[in-house]
Amino acid sequence: MHIVVCVKQVPDTKIIKINPKTNTLDRRSAPAILNPYDAHAVQEAVKLKQSLGQGKISVLSMGPPQATEIIKKSIEIGADEGYLISDRAFAGADTLATSYALSKALEKIAEKQPIDIVICGKHAIDGDTGQVGPGIARRMDIPPVTNVIEVTKFDKENKIILVKRKLTNGYEELEVQLPCLLTVEKEINQIAYSPLPNMIRAARYKPNVWSVGDLEAVDKTQLGLKGSPTVVGKMFTPPKLDGGKRLEGAVDVQVKQLIEVLSEKKELLNVK
Amino acid sequence: MIEEYRGVWVFIEQSDGEIAGVSKELLGAGRKLAEKLAVPLAGVLLGEGIRELSSQVIGYGADVVYLIDHPVLKHYRTESYMKGVNFLAEKYKPEIFLYGATPNGKDLASAVATDLSTGLTADTTMLDVDIDKRLLEASRPAFGGNIMATILCKKNRPQMATVRPKVMKALPFDESRQGKIIEEEIALNEEEMRTKVINIVKDVTKKANLADAHVIVCGGKGLGDAEGFKLIHELANTIGASVGGTRDVIEAGWLPHELQIGQTGETVTPKIYFAIGVSGAIQHVVGMKNSELIIAINNDPNAPIFEVATYGIVGDAHEVVPKLIEQLKQLRVEQGGEVSYV
Repeated sequence: MHIVVCVKQVPDTKIIKINPKTNTLDRRSAPAILNPYDAHAVQEAVKLKQSLGQGKISVLSMGPPQATEIIKKSIEIGADEGYLISDRAFAGADTLATSYALSKALEKIAEKQPIDIVICGKHAIDGDTGQVGPGIARRMDIPPVTNVIEVTKFDKENKIILVKRKLTNGYEELEVQLPCLLTVEKEINQIAYSPLPNMIRAARYKPNVWSVGDLEAVDKTQLGLKGSPTVVGKMFTPPKLDGGKRLEGAVDVQVKQLIEVLSEKKELLNVK
Repeated sequence: MIEEYRGVWVFIEQSDGEIAGVSKELLGAGRKLAEKLAVPLAGVLLGEGIRELSSQVIGYGADVVYLIDHPVLKHYRTESYMKGVNFLAEKYKPEIFLYGATPNGKDLASAVATDLSTGLTADTTMLDVDIDKRLLEASRPAFGGNIMATILCKKNRPQMATVRPKVMKALPFDESRQGKIIEEEIALNEEEMRTKVINIVKDVTKKANLADAHVIVCGGKGLGDAEGFKLIHELANTIGASVGGTRDVIEAGWLPHELQIGQTGETVTPKIYFAIGVSGAIQHVVGMKNSELIIAINNDPNAPIFEVATYGIVGDAHEVVPKLIEQLKQLRVEQGGEVSYV
């Protein structure tokens, strides 16, 4: 069983600061971390490997050379091998160009050992699109299952898994043939504390780093900025909400004003 | 090449004989774009036994309905729906194609964009067109920052976007609207499907439907501890609202994961949003700022939440909220029955 997890390095949005002049993020103010959803994706791979009693977990990332850090982090969680594709040719890629580059790397990884499952986080917290995972699945021509909250059954013999997929108002249970691609929600698992041997291994681990030249049959026009159909047109400050109105006075007075405001929203009041 | 592509399309999500709210909203938004470009607006309707929904798609603003009715399309699945949508898009070549930013809408749009090798903008909150260049201007909050980015897809068609639910406005249903129904058939074989829907479980509890809630009471770490957070539940119970929390609250274990509101949690756009003890970090604000009425209660007068709040109260939540609950209960007595927000 070969599971490949796609991971991304992102700035920690929890502590990142905004430059008040430009209204954009001050990326230097935040450390780069393993995208939280991807951490759950790696954890799920570890869980599956444990329940099967065998298997190999590879992680794959695309990014600058320092993204090897998150591959090491993945090794700490329990991955066996790590690959980083890093090249200027990949820079400026939108989701279409990203899924193309990653699928080319997956092809190469699959040469060594065929891939049974690809797992991705639901989305990355910097781009917030969730489009790369399904894009990879299309390029590999394997079924994608997005928003997975549980892998309930793994039928090794028939190469079928049962998963729960989150919907807007509930969930659905799906039977999926392997190979397939899953994107996972956070609630799929709890990140376990890494055992000491993993940490030692991670500290010493040297990820495989590939450039464009290391990948085969790559159409360079589909990479990076050149291969990206979407571009940022303009940036603008969002239209102001009519916010900022402070209620004044003693607590009782403020609460009273608030009740008046709420009462004005009559269309929302359900008086029986 | 790209001149061949004409028309604005909306993917119509449906289940159990009903069209999703977001699809109606997108017909409303798509109508405006289509009129500016002087092209027809079409709804793309796939499913099993869904022909009669066509008149609804037209009634909400479409001029054309592209329909594929097939047993294999009974439930949404990426592989079958994608096949149908790809077929229609390749045959009829729309210039703009919109989907709801729902689990299924996002899933489908991502797959279709890859196959059609075109641009897709995720989770847009504003739509417009550059009439001369016939470019869709799909805007969304730029990563984290308090700024919007307009994404363009200049050279590829169709220009695609997923749009957050509850941001656009649906048109009132017009029964007299006339439109054309174009039905297509495609070869779909159940045996060839690699995914099967075994079961669909609807979560009927209010909690699970945070994204659809009309009133949300959200608590932050300013409430102090799990005990202090009970106040949030109490207020929510009083008015029949849903409860949500910030990332800090979820990480502290005061609420389960699925009730997180913000960039890494749910995006919500209720009619009324109470932010209590919430500082208003960007990662939170991104997930709630499109709410209609935002009420913030926080003891820090400089908390950024006051910048997005419609009304702000600077004060201790533990002092203000019990009084608010008391007043709301009082109001209920005066109204002679039940006061809740629907």
